[in-house]
Amino acid sequence: MWRYITKRILIAIPVLIGISIVAFFLIRLVPGDTVTALLGANYNQEQAAALRADYGLDKPLITQYLIWVKNLLKGDFGHSFFTNQAVSSSIMERLPVTFELMIMSFIYCLLIAIPLGAVASLKKNSLLDYLATIFGLLGVSIPNFWLATILILVFSLHMGWFPSGGFVSFFADPIANLRYMFLPSIALGASVGAVVMRMTRSSMLEILKQDYIEMARAKGVSQKILIISHALKNALIPVITVLGIQMGYLLGGSVIIEQIFSLPGIGRLALQAITNRDYILMQGSILFVAAGFVIINLLVDLIYALINPQIRY
Amino acid sequence: MREFCYRFYKNKLAFLGFIILFIFLVMAIFAPYLAPYDPFQMDPQAMLQPPGADHLFGTDQFGRDILSRIIFGSRISFKVGLISVGLSLIVGVSMGIVAGYYGGWLDNLISRIMDVMFSFPQIFLALVIMAVLGTSSTNLMLAIGLVYIPIFGRIARASVLSIKDSLYIEAANSIGVSNLIIMLRHILPNIMAPIIVQTTLSFGFAIRAEAALSFLGLGVEADIPSWGIMLNQGKDWMEMAWWNAVFPGLSATLAILSFNILGDGLRDALDPRLRNEGE
Amino acid sequence: MRNLLEVNNLTTYFKSNKGLIKAVDGINFTVSSREILAIVGESGCGKSVTAKTILGLIGQKKNEIIGGEVLFKGENLLTKNYREMQQIRGKEISTVFQDPMTSLNPLHKVGQQIAEVLTIHEQISRQAARKQAINILTKVGIPSAASRAEQYPHQFSGGMRQRAIIAMALVCRPDLLIADEPTTALDVTIQAQILDLLQDLRHELKTAIIMITHDLGVVAEISDTVAVMYAGHLVEKAPVKLLFAEARHPYTKGLLNSIPRPGSRKKLEPIPGQPPDLHNLKTGCNFADRCPSVMAKCRQQSPLLKKIAPDHQAACWLYEEER
Repeated sequence: MWRYITKRILIAIPVLIGISIVAFFLIRLVPGDTVTALLGANYNQEQAAALRADYGLDKPLITQYLIWVKNLLKGDFGHSFFTNQAVSSSIMERLPVTFELMIMSFIYCLLIAIPLGAVASLKKNSLLDYLATIFGLLGVSIPNFWLATILILVFSLHMGWFPSGGFVSFFADPIANLRYMFLPSIALGASVGAVVMRMTRSSMLEILKQDYIEMARAKGVSQKILIISHALKNALIPVITVLGIQMGYLLGGSVIIEQIFSLPGIGRLALQAITNRDYILMQGSILFVAAGFVIINLLVDLIYALINPQIRY
Repeated sequence: MREFCYRFYKNKLAFLGFIILFIFLVMAIFAPYLAPYDPFQMDPQAMLQPPGADHLFGTDQFGRDILSRIIFGSRISFKVGLISVGLSLIVGVSMGIVAGYYGGWLDNLISRIMDVMFSFPQIFLALVIMAVLGTSSTNLMLAIGLVYIPIFGRIARASVLSIKDSLYIEAANSIGVSNLIIMLRHILPNIMAPIIVQTTLSFGFAIRAEAALSFLGLGVEADIPSWGIMLNQGKDWMEMAWWNAVFPGLSATLAILSFNILGDGLRDALDPRLRNEGE
Repeated sequence: MRNLLEVNNLTTYFKSNKGLIKAVDGINFTVSSREILAIVGESGCGKSVTAKTILGLIGQKKNEIIGGEVLFKGENLLTKNYREMQQIRGKEISTVFQDPMTSLNPLHKVGQQIAEVLTIHEQISRQAARKQAINILTKVGIPSAASRAEQYPHQFSGGMRQRAIIAMALVCRPDLLIADEPTTALDVTIQAQILDLLQDLRHELKTAIIMITHDLGVVAEISDTVAVMYAGHLVEKAPVKLLFAEARHPYTKGLLNSIPRPGSRKKLEPIPGQPPDLHNLKTGCNFADRCPSVMAKCRQQSPLLKKIAPDHQAACWLYEEER
């Protein structure tokens, strides 16, 4: 087990290095010079040169990259060009919002999608199964930003049940926080929930055909235990793999959803950095999002190894 | 009997998807003849008209006919879909076949590159690439195409690995057929099934990505009638003119849904092992 | 000796889109305690369906139509609901399926899967169940059973798995074991070991066995009585020695002629043709199209299984006059 964990972490390292390279050099390709943008139209050469030296922009790219990585390892993501705030602290400030959004969307998967998929497979070809199939297809097809728009249109503008945007910290006012987060998390979670539901259903159908299910019946196992302990547990193994990939959709989707609902999360931070051409903030948040995704997938793999004894260590 | 009905229903669903896509395609090709109005024609007399006899889907804040803009919007959607999926298909499949066929350091290198690309949430990576390249429809196709390369790469690589040691490949090798010919003549046709399915599904992804990025203002140029652009502009007016925010999204959903059910149907038909919905 | 199991006119039909499939079409047999009855036939003849119907594993779905009765210790199993059958399955009647590679749940430890049977059917602590599981694993010949019990199925070889499955089936000391092709998926040497094991356990645990197989070698080795099944019907039934010595039904004769005998120079004679399509059975004997001694009567009416000699039953018009 420990060997597997170490091996899996060692594989993640070159990927993380690759990510840092992409994050760093991609940003250097952005047209336009930040320094001149920062100083406005009226600047002189000395000011610009001083500023460049300040940010280390006068050094060769490779050196800049190595300095950046060295600082990263010390936990220093650099400072924003515009606000001069430490990138790491901006990210930490925004992180809870994105995290909450993802957790809430994720809960729909666990509470609705998996049970619905399981029940649909047990009652194959029933009305419920058809409805689940239709919802599943719609869920994977509706673009999340349009679903968000429609949710705002119906539930906040028309019905007035939920606010159309904004954010209150959970610790300041839990009820208000949940009201603000409700529509965004549905808009974000719908497609992932649909994928998970479809996967659970098809995986269950596959497992229910297996000999060991028949064997468990022949042993006198009750229907309830049969479904939960013998079928669902096995069916969830491929679902877990899919969940890891879906986490990427949640992260990517949060950029759009946070923008629509004006939620101060990581995605919105990245988007602002992109619009402002704020190099340091941009590469910091890109790196953070990608590394976060890698770490989530690492965790998913470890959970997978934990519940599946067949994995080769 | 039930089984049969279900199967028929599923096939019918896939067929329905095909028909809808065909209609979209006809719409895209013959847009100038089908659209009731000029999609760029502003009409100060008819701003934000609700759906009615004159304007079936209403008008936007400049008085432009939404139906006509949706019809023209299918053009950009399908164009972006076709070119970006084509790009990721060709590049991804070639990389995957080479990696799977040759193995060794080449496989390692290509696989690691794909791992890195896979570590970025796709829509996020496309967004960053668009920020770097700047807003334009050409750049958009490039960005979406780049982002979906690793999906094709992985599928192709896995499929190659599964057939690489088959007797017919070995036989071809032993009689001295060149590697290129083996890859093109023997491997490619045998891994087509999963790739065709993925291509179909990717059209849906690409159309969604185009709409999403354009919606965020980082997609096609703002003066092109694209479903995403329309939604972006429509959302500011949706309190008084819901039709601005509804119809373009509805057509995007319909197109994506059609690609999805067609893809599911193809998967069932082409490769039962990949079946995802049970029979 | 009172019959442990009595199967009377059992039918199992499946409704499908192509029509009604008569998988089991009116069969009768009995099993007394400690008897080993072999049901022999080609694949698709309905022998596995018979087993699953007795266990109540078929008959829950809407497209499955069951008729007749299955009397186990005098009670009709077919009228029992799922919950009542749950009490019987695994405790009084248990099963070993064909493929040991797929019959164990890959995510549960082997010992745990055996102990589960005990915890379902007996008032027993987890500890005690675990202990008994290890005991039975030792009994079926698994070395260092205590550590093996903590392993997962994929760490077991095929033969070991089948032993574990037999352990699972016998841990509650059932009165009847239904073994559905228990050796088919195994290597020949392992096959013999498993058959020996079943023989030994039968004596030790006093369990009757219904052995379902297509392999006449297995039949000869282990069974007391043989029932030959063809296309949903029993065509011949006799004690094993009598059947091998004096097979009467043309199908049984054909089966015996199609297996090689060591030392024999006689050419093998396979039965011509294919088993009939169960969707559209013609009237008359199902074997008529392949039968070397077919008569006009065979095409008109299906023969019933009748006594043709002491202890010997066959369903064939050839022996009708002898009665």
